Amino acid sequence: MKPAPFDYHRPETLDEALALLAELGSEAKALAGGQSLVPAMNFRLARPAILVDLNRLGALAYIDQQPDGELRIGAMTRQRAAERSPMVARSAPLLFEAMPWVAHPQIRNRGTMGGSLAHADPAAELPAVMVALDALCVLRSQRGSRSVPAQEFFTGLLTTALTPDELLTEIRIAPRPAGAGAAFLEVARRHGDFALVGVAVELRLDESGVCRSARIALLSVGEGPVLATAAMAVLAGNPTTAARIAEAARVAGQRDIDPPSDIHATAAYRRHLASVLVGRALTRAAERAARPAAAP
Amino acid sequence: MTGPIGARIPRNEDARLLTGRAQFVDDVHLNGMLHVAFRRSEYAHARLTAVDVSAAREREGVVAVYTAGDLGGYWKPGPLLVSPPPIPGLVFHPVTQVPLARDKVRHVGEPIAMVVATSRYLAEDAVEDIVVDAEPLEAVVDLELALAPHAPLIHEELGSNLAAHAIQRKGDFGAAKSAAAQVISRRFHYDRGASAAIETRGVVAAWDANAEQLTIWDTTQAPIPIRNGLAGMLGLLESQVRVIAPFIGGGFGPKIMMFYPEEVLLPWAAMKLGRPLKWIEDRLESFTATTQERGQIHDAELAVDGEGCILGVRDRFLHDTGAYDTYGLTIPINSQCTLLGPYRVPAYDSEFTVAFTNKTLVTPVRGAGRQHGVFVMERLLDLAARALGLDRVEIRRRNYLRPDEFPHDHAILFQDSAPLVYDSGDYLPALEEAARIVDYRRFISEVQPRRRAEGRRVGLGIVSYVEGTGIGPYEGARVTVEPSGKVRVATGVGTQGQGHFTSFAQIVAEVLGVAVSDVYVVTGDTAVFPWGTGTFASRGAVVAGSACFAAASTVRTKALALAAELLKVDQSRLMLEGGKVSEVGRTEHAIGLGELARRANPLRGAVRPGTEPGLEATAYFGPARGSTASGVHAMEVEVDPETAMVRITRYVVVHDCGRVINPLIVEGQIHGGVAQGIGNAFYEQLRYDESGQLMNASFMEYLVPTASEVPPMEIAHAETRSPLNPLGVKGVGEAGCIPTGAAFAQAIEDALDEPGLEILEIPLSPNRLFELMQAAKESGSMTVGGPG
Amino acid sequence: MSSPVRLDVTVNGTRYDRWEEPRLLLSDFLRHELGLTGTHVGCEHGVCGACTVLLDGEPVRSCLIFAVQADGREITTVEGLASNGEALHPIQAAFRECHGLQCGFCTPGILMTVSALLRDHPHPEASEIREALSGHLCRCTGYQHITQAVRLAAERLAP
Repeated sequence: MKPAPFDYHRPETLDEALALLAELGSEAKALAGGQSLVPAMNFRLARPAILVDLNRLGALAYIDQQPDGELRIGAMTRQRAAERSPMVARSAPLLFEAMPWVAHPQIRNRGTMGGSLAHADPAAELPAVMVALDALCVLRSQRGSRSVPAQEFFTGLLTTALTPDELLTEIRIAPRPAGAGAAFLEVARRHGDFALVGVAVELRLDESGVCRSARIALLSVGEGPVLATAAMAVLAGNPTTAARIAEAARVAGQRDIDPPSDIHATAAYRRHLASVLVGRALTRAAERAARPAAAP
Repeated sequence: MTGPIGARIPRNEDARLLTGRAQFVDDVHLNGMLHVAFRRSEYAHARLTAVDVSAAREREGVVAVYTAGDLGGYWKPGPLLVSPPPIPGLVFHPVTQVPLARDKVRHVGEPIAMVVATSRYLAEDAVEDIVVDAEPLEAVVDLELALAPHAPLIHEELGSNLAAHAIQRKGDFGAAKSAAAQVISRRFHYDRGASAAIETRGVVAAWDANAEQLTIWDTTQAPIPIRNGLAGMLGLLESQVRVIAPFIGGGFGPKIMMFYPEEVLLPWAAMKLGRPLKWIEDRLESFTATTQERGQIHDAELAVDGEGCILGVRDRFLHDTGAYDTYGLTIPINSQCTLLGPYRVPAYDSEFTVAFTNKTLVTPVRGAGRQHGVFVMERLLDLAARALGLDRVEIRRRNYLRPDEFPHDHAILFQDSAPLVYDSGDYLPALEEAARIVDYRRFISEVQPRRRAEGRRVGLGIVSYVEGTGIGPYEGARVTVEPSGKVRVATGVGTQGQGHFTSFAQIVAEVLGVAVSDVYVVTGDTAVFPWGTGTFASRGAVVAGSACFAAASTVRTKALALAAELLKVDQSRLMLEGGKVSEVGRTEHAIGLGELARRANPLRGAVRPGTEPGLEATAYFGPARGSTASGVHAMEVEVDPETAMVRITRYVVVHDCGRVINPLIVEGQIHGGVAQGIGNAFYEQLRYDESGQLMNASFMEYLVPTASEVPPMEIAHAETRSPLNPLGVKGVGEAGCIPTGAAFAQAIEDALDEPGLEILEIPLSPNRLFELMQAAKESGSMTVGGPG
Repeated sequence: MSSPVRLDVTVNGTRYDRWEEPRLLLSDFLRHELGLTGTHVGCEHGVCGACTVLLDGEPVRSCLIFAVQADGREITTVEGLASNGEALHPIQAAFRECHGLQCGFCTPGILMTVSALLRDHPHPEASEIREALSGHLCRCTGYQHITQAVRLAAERLAP
């Protein structure tokens, strides 16, 4: 289990990295934390001819807040840093709650926020969280910069909107309105495993308990993170009663997803788990929205 | 004052392991060493038409590439490792593995070509250069279909995929059945798992042409048989071959094979090339090239009278041996014998059929088939209890053998070809102790109903087992007192973390009255101790431990005789304590053991005829048959009735392994066994697809439990000494994992309490439990339709 | 084979200046180039945790990092755990006393994780201990004595 040979570049700046990607084209692969790419290379399932190592781009490792409250996370921020960030805890409690579910601390010490998103594993937590948060992905190349909503960033199984010369450089999470409540839940075989099914919920209720908006994203139920639009529609504009939540949960499992069967779970079990988890996560998020003091 | 035996003391070997100094096979570095990688079969079953290694041979850094044809007369199937016992009417077709596949491949991972290069990286590059032309054949994967009339043939010369068939009977099951108040019949499945030692296998081989000496570092549990076999194959004297099993990163059974292809090929190629070679199995290889276990289907019947007393058991089972059956019938016979458990079974009719399949070879993995038998029997008893409206603790109590029934002859043969006779045991106190610790009565009368009212599903499993341990043929040990007073012990068994450096030292320290930390144990180096068999079947402490005891006792006798002479005192007046011999009451005239050792090895002067120099003795111990350990496990679980996820919340073990040498080590063995048992029960399953491909050949997909899945364990020791060895010990290495599946199944049924929900298979995944729960609900209620 | 890349790394306080092929894994570099064989390799896909070392003080899988990526960084391996003159680090001593190891193959990686855990959380909760240990597979111990050893080490090391 040794990787096939490759050429190696370690740019010191973002400009240098973008220039390399522009020059090398699709032969080159960006190496961030490497916690998914390197295992695949050791199994020789991935064999990039050229690696562009981003680990010297210290300028891409940051967690900042804009004056309007928008949270900006540099793509090379280690997952462990986000997990430990009071700013993340305050401004993006959904992300904060999901972080410990991402593999193990030893992996999060090395794995990056951007790397996990760019890898786009359908069983990964962060893509679903970003979709639920309606985060913006900032993509840079020598040609310029563009922002893509997370939902559009993930285009299929392990694929994203990134072109070969582009890098994901930043994730932007909009400020949280009053009346927001979030919950992240997943069922995994062992602690730290990829989920059989997971769900990220970001709710917003008004003072009377009516749902102003609901975003529900599921993981491990499709080729990428799946936004449960039918379930969201069940809630939007309606009081978040137990019956509504149960209906949304049922719809999420039955209509919003077309999950795969694999050695860990059949499609039927995944549908069932999706309904159970969406129900539980909505209940929890609604309680939190109603009691803003209770984190998250 | 208690001596070293029985003391809870930390281990002698730990300092080396904790600081990274302990040498494992991959730590061996030799000048000029080359690295080996294998091209392995991607097919489960295929005819090889051509293997083209020309491109690989031309790659820079590649020194040699070998296929079966290059081996000449050295190519031959391996030996049969364990001959089956003389069961009347036995059918057994031994077909053993080959070093490199020649005409056919019979499982994914079977080696086809061997690459030798200057680095493992380059060797792996060259493996990809090899072009294998193969004509895929239909694979035999399903155990039942393997024996179907038109199944594809794995070994054409046999005319079928039948590897073995055996019947062992006692009493008259037919009569028992007709007299029964209840007959419980069920089918049980127990699927494959991997040992998953964290250290994979590895071999380093070096040929010294000047000294004409071959040295092999091997992750084997049995270095001496490996040496003997290799010497024969290579035409060398046994003294020219030295096999070293250094520190081994976990064994659990699969590290004993004779031979793995790599063990045969590396020494041969090292001699041919005149360069040291290293091969370290990677994890991907390990999943298909290291032997596996489990894979049985039982159709079993239990006949009980109206009081729940066992009248008889009938079991017909299929056992999957994989592509070859090198390890004989050890596993199915273990299943067959262990099924009887601690119970009085007047009639037993057990028949097994072993089939070849296109999967990796099956050899013993911790428990070695015993857990299968326990699972079947314990489940049958649970079902009988349910049918009779009897408490599950009570039905066990009614069927236990009483202390006055030992030795108990079950009138069938065990895996070691000896009759299955239990040496000693006292089962009821262990059951009562386990029930007391978990507060069984209160659990079922108060805790469970209260939780259920809260919508929570908690359950308890409580099961028994016996384990045949410590079988022969023999082990040996040499004990030597050095002039410094420190003591050396050499024995032939390999060690894989069981604490032999300490428990053997405790035995010797007890006999010689020295500090445990002054006893230095060497195991697993054929140059240091050349006789023995290996570490398997929970036998290290029993067999090698008894040999250590015998050798130390002889040394003690020698020391006292010499001291008597020097002190001019009658031997009966002497005592040996703190490493010194003195006359009782006159400790000021003590002579240290070191001084005695020096005096026993004089440089000048006359030595009386018949005197052996030094304070040294070698002794061997071979038990007539195995000793029988036993125990009771109790487990509490909580099942999430919506997600079918299970959490084990409590685990209690009351075990009896005879006299305990070191409780710390014994508890560690049990903890580890239970963790493996939990893995077997709920997490670990080797999943093959229809074409014989292993679908979860990684630690991401094959789920070894972590600290989050393994619950805290509480252990209580019972002690029924074995009369079969001087120490009174019984084996404990495998005990922890044997009844775990049975306890788990009972606990889940208890938690869910759903009529029609029966757990008859292991491993059980949450997905499978979900399906069983759905099916039970659907059959239990009249609800029509509705999504699952 | 691609061209070697320079690597200037400090391991257990000693600086090494080498040129290595980019694909060489850090685990192989430590073990076979530097001879620091205390770091063990169990899976080479980042799950078992046996190869865990400290990279600038944080536990990481050395099988998922290329050696050249350690350029300019500091690595600590099990060989660097006990300070000069000390036979066993207090964590190592606690593992011995509690029988927190059997075959000892997974142990060096676990020790590295625990050393960082107790540095950051001198009084770890049971859940924090479990979370940290869950990144390691041990096949021998069932984790119980390991957990006890971590607790004992925490008691001894706590300020």
